[in-house]
Amino acid sequence: MRIGVVTFPGSLDDTDAARAVRYAGAEPVSLWHSDRDLRGVDAVVLPGGFSYGDYLRCGAIARFSPVMGELIPAARAGLPVLGICNGFQILCEAHLLPGALTRNAGLRFIHADVRLAVTDARTPWTAGYSAGQVLNVPVKNGEGAFVADEATLDELERTGRVVVRYADGAPNGSARDIAGICNAEGNVVGLMPHPEHAIDPLTGPSADGLGFFTSIVAAFAGAGLGARA
Amino acid sequence: MSGEDTIEVAGGTPETAQPFKELGLTEDEYQKIRDILGRRPTAAELALYSVMWSEHCSYKSSKVHLRNLAPTADQSQYLLAGIGANAGVVDIGQGYAVTFKIESHNHPSFVEPHQGAATGIGGIVRDILAMGARPIAVMDALRFGPADAHDTARVLPGVVSGISFYGNCLGLPNIGGELAFDASYAGNPLVNALCVGLMRHDDLKAAVATGLGNKVILFGSRTGPDGVGGASVLASATFGDDGGKSAKRPSVQVGDPFMEKLLVECCLELYAADLVEGIQDLGAAGVACATTELAAGGDGGMFVDMDAIPLRDPNLTPAEILMSESQERMMAVVKPKRVDAFLAICRKWDVEATVIGEVTGDGLLTMTWRGGTVVKIPPQTAADGPVYQRPYARPDTLDALQVAGPEGLHRPADGAALRDTLLRLLGSPGLADKRWVTQQYDSLVRGNTVLAMPEDGGLLRVAEETGLGIALATDGNGRYCTLDPYQGTQLMLAEAYRNVAMTGAVPVAVTNCLNFGSPEDPAVMWQLAEAIRGLADGCKHLGIPVTGGNVSLYNQTGATAIHPTPVIGVLGVHEDVRRRPGAGFTVDGAQVVLLGTTRDEFGGSAWADVVHQHLGGRPPAVDLDAERKLASLVVAAATEGLLASAHDLSDGGLAIALAEACLRGGRGVVVSLHGDQFTELFSESAGRAVVSVIPGREVEFGALAEEHDVPATVLGVAFGDTLTVGDTFQIPLPELERVWIGTLPAIFG
Repeated sequence: MRIGVVTFPGSLDDTDAARAVRYAGAEPVSLWHSDRDLRGVDAVVLPGGFSYGDYLRCGAIARFSPVMGELIPAARAGLPVLGICNGFQILCEAHLLPGALTRNAGLRFIHADVRLAVTDARTPWTAGYSAGQVLNVPVKNGEGAFVADEATLDELERTGRVVVRYADGAPNGSARDIAGICNAEGNVVGLMPHPEHAIDPLTGPSADGLGFFTSIVAAFAGAGLGARA
Repeated sequence: MSGEDTIEVAGGTPETAQPFKELGLTEDEYQKIRDILGRRPTAAELALYSVMWSEHCSYKSSKVHLRNLAPTADQSQYLLAGIGANAGVVDIGQGYAVTFKIESHNHPSFVEPHQGAATGIGGIVRDILAMGARPIAVMDALRFGPADAHDTARVLPGVVSGISFYGNCLGLPNIGGELAFDASYAGNPLVNALCVGLMRHDDLKAAVATGLGNKVILFGSRTGPDGVGGASVLASATFGDDGGKSAKRPSVQVGDPFMEKLLVECCLELYAADLVEGIQDLGAAGVACATTELAAGGDGGMFVDMDAIPLRDPNLTPAEILMSESQERMMAVVKPKRVDAFLAICRKWDVEATVIGEVTGDGLLTMTWRGGTVVKIPPQTAADGPVYQRPYARPDTLDALQVAGPEGLHRPADGAALRDTLLRLLGSPGLADKRWVTQQYDSLVRGNTVLAMPEDGGLLRVAEETGLGIALATDGNGRYCTLDPYQGTQLMLAEAYRNVAMTGAVPVAVTNCLNFGSPEDPAVMWQLAEAIRGLADGCKHLGIPVTGGNVSLYNQTGATAIHPTPVIGVLGVHEDVRRRPGAGFTVDGAQVVLLGTTRDEFGGSAWADVVHQHLGGRPPAVDLDAERKLASLVVAAATEGLLASAHDLSDGGLAIALAEACLRGGRGVVVSLHGDQFTELFSESAGRAVVSVIPGREVEFGALAEEHDVPATVLGVAFGDTLTVGDTFQIPLPELERVWIGTLPAIFG
């Protein structure tokens, strides 16, 4: 399986995302922001960082980059996409996911290990987990508070599209302790915590995050990728 | 031809009064410039010499003493480039080399904490980049006035947010450092930033302009009016009694980490394509320094067309363009046939790049502006600068200070008082949990961080296949160094050396940031000379070289200087990072062993400070042979897989080390101490560590300790959920934790 990792100017966790893809047994493929080309990959990770310096708003400029011009219709057509941190912000700016990420409550950058409850294990990115499983994964961001109007939040919860939740309460003021969500089809997942930094206890708090990457590899090996269970 | 002050104009108007004093030059220095040029300098030349000859750039007060550090390099088989280059380069094996350096940004960080600290990170990162290395991590050693002082509430959060903002946006993990508080830093906080970079042996780059006809390219941000004279007017003068905050703000630069990130990736791609003959970062003294040093380092001269320099403000004068410290700029020397390829890579990264000149054969640095020649100097004369043999004398107050030792201070006697003392120390701002700060730093990015703050040293994986890694620690202690700068500096060298060894790494090289008051005060000069002598002797003894460093003087407000504060950074090589012991007790039933010898040593201690606000006597004794034995024991034991944990003893002694190991590992400990309980718990004797041994390996470890000639005392066992000291006292971990984590959030919100 070939999984693309997009590098925007200011992407920082792209090498980490590529390493996680490799640990999961897939081939990471580097995608460049100004290329209108997805190079035939089977899935895409939008990594963390400060694309375009977070100018204007986090993700607001990246969303208009040439590679996103290819990615947005492909995601709408079912291509699995995982947005981590800045990648989640970009997915929201691109309207592939609802809501927005705003400044942390407390107004400071927060880096901490958090307990993350998997609430939707049906997406191709989380199918390897069991619902209710708790992961130990780091967050690190300045603008990680998920916000949306009440109707959207209700809709997300009613349709089971909250993928991961902060098990001990959101450290950043996220609405309803939401840490990650997916689109209606389940192929596009965005989350603020960094599963790619929890793939090996040597360099992270655990290996719990590797499941996001092994899940997509398993989903690809099986059938029905892109179709929601 | 404009009305600018060209060399022709200068030649014809020798009597024109020039503002050399305002630019920080003395009468003698000004005369020397006139002698060198055989005429008065132009306004642009005066600006250039003033920044190049500033204390910050020229090291004119410290140079005669720093020469003592050079011989430490001769003894090292590890060194690929040493003092004098932008940063030293150390061979770490398997074809890899590492370059690292620590630098101060003290003055700007007081005037404008956020930008001052941010650009401190930016500057040191470019230093490392200019060596041909990919920057892979940063560290920060921070010192502020009392935590509860009014101004600390302005300076500390700003400094931390600046480091967080810049380092995080650059994608560099922050793997450690220091946070200390003392009244002596109230008007002169210390912000020292370290960066470490990684390269292959062949990647080493030089800051030289060679090759007649080669092009000089300025790339990165445009030049603006920010930071004009930062090196001379700001960093090389004391603050007046108003703190200088308002008047000096325009001398502080403004950072854009996004631009720096692009510059880093752009440079690395340029290096990989072999398009660069010589490279220099633009830091203090901007274009003046980069052109002068490149030209002085080369074999020819350099011509610069200043009209080609892209400006943010078209009204800048040549003098301002030369002195501007606008951030995120680099200068490269490129062969003409490679210029197009160079510019193409810059375009890919959206980095503006402009050919501004070329290497010439006349041995001169020449610059033109609007048709006239505004600079024509022998570059070496600006690069070398004056050398001062400033008078120095042992402070006459030192005898009285050393006599007024801690012996008479009231000591806690019973269990309850010892328990209270431990909690009081643990909750003091200097020893309390630093998470308020470190939670604002990304320590994980790039995915190779094995250990980071609050561990003893930062540990990075370099090679995924073999586990090869590097460890880094920085240490400083102004209180010890006030009592004895020679011994105090050696204690800091020993502590950083020990901290690196605690990760299982072999210490191989040293960097330093020497923070002192005004060199015009003979007492301060004596402290500086003694500190350098101590460092040189210590490094010779330990057999590790000083690979570079930085001197920050004039950390002084009015007549009051900071404690002399050399911050020593030590780099270690780790054969396999998977075999690193952490600082915390993580294994139930692991035997806890104290390594080293405890003496009654409380001069300059955390206990004397926190409980008695006392500073006097002598700092703890230094025994570098014992330090070397301890380090090799811990490295050998870690390699053999005998250790569950290893943690060095420093501020607050065994009591604080045990508490930290419990809190870090989430596991209690039961120990019994022989001898005087207070001394055993709180003495700060150097050369000690507390380790816990993998169950079943105790005999092996005991034999290894004996073999290495390191005194080993079995204290007890790690288990449970209390810190228990014999029958003396017991503290439940939740209580310990509450005291430890509550302090900084209570002060800083």
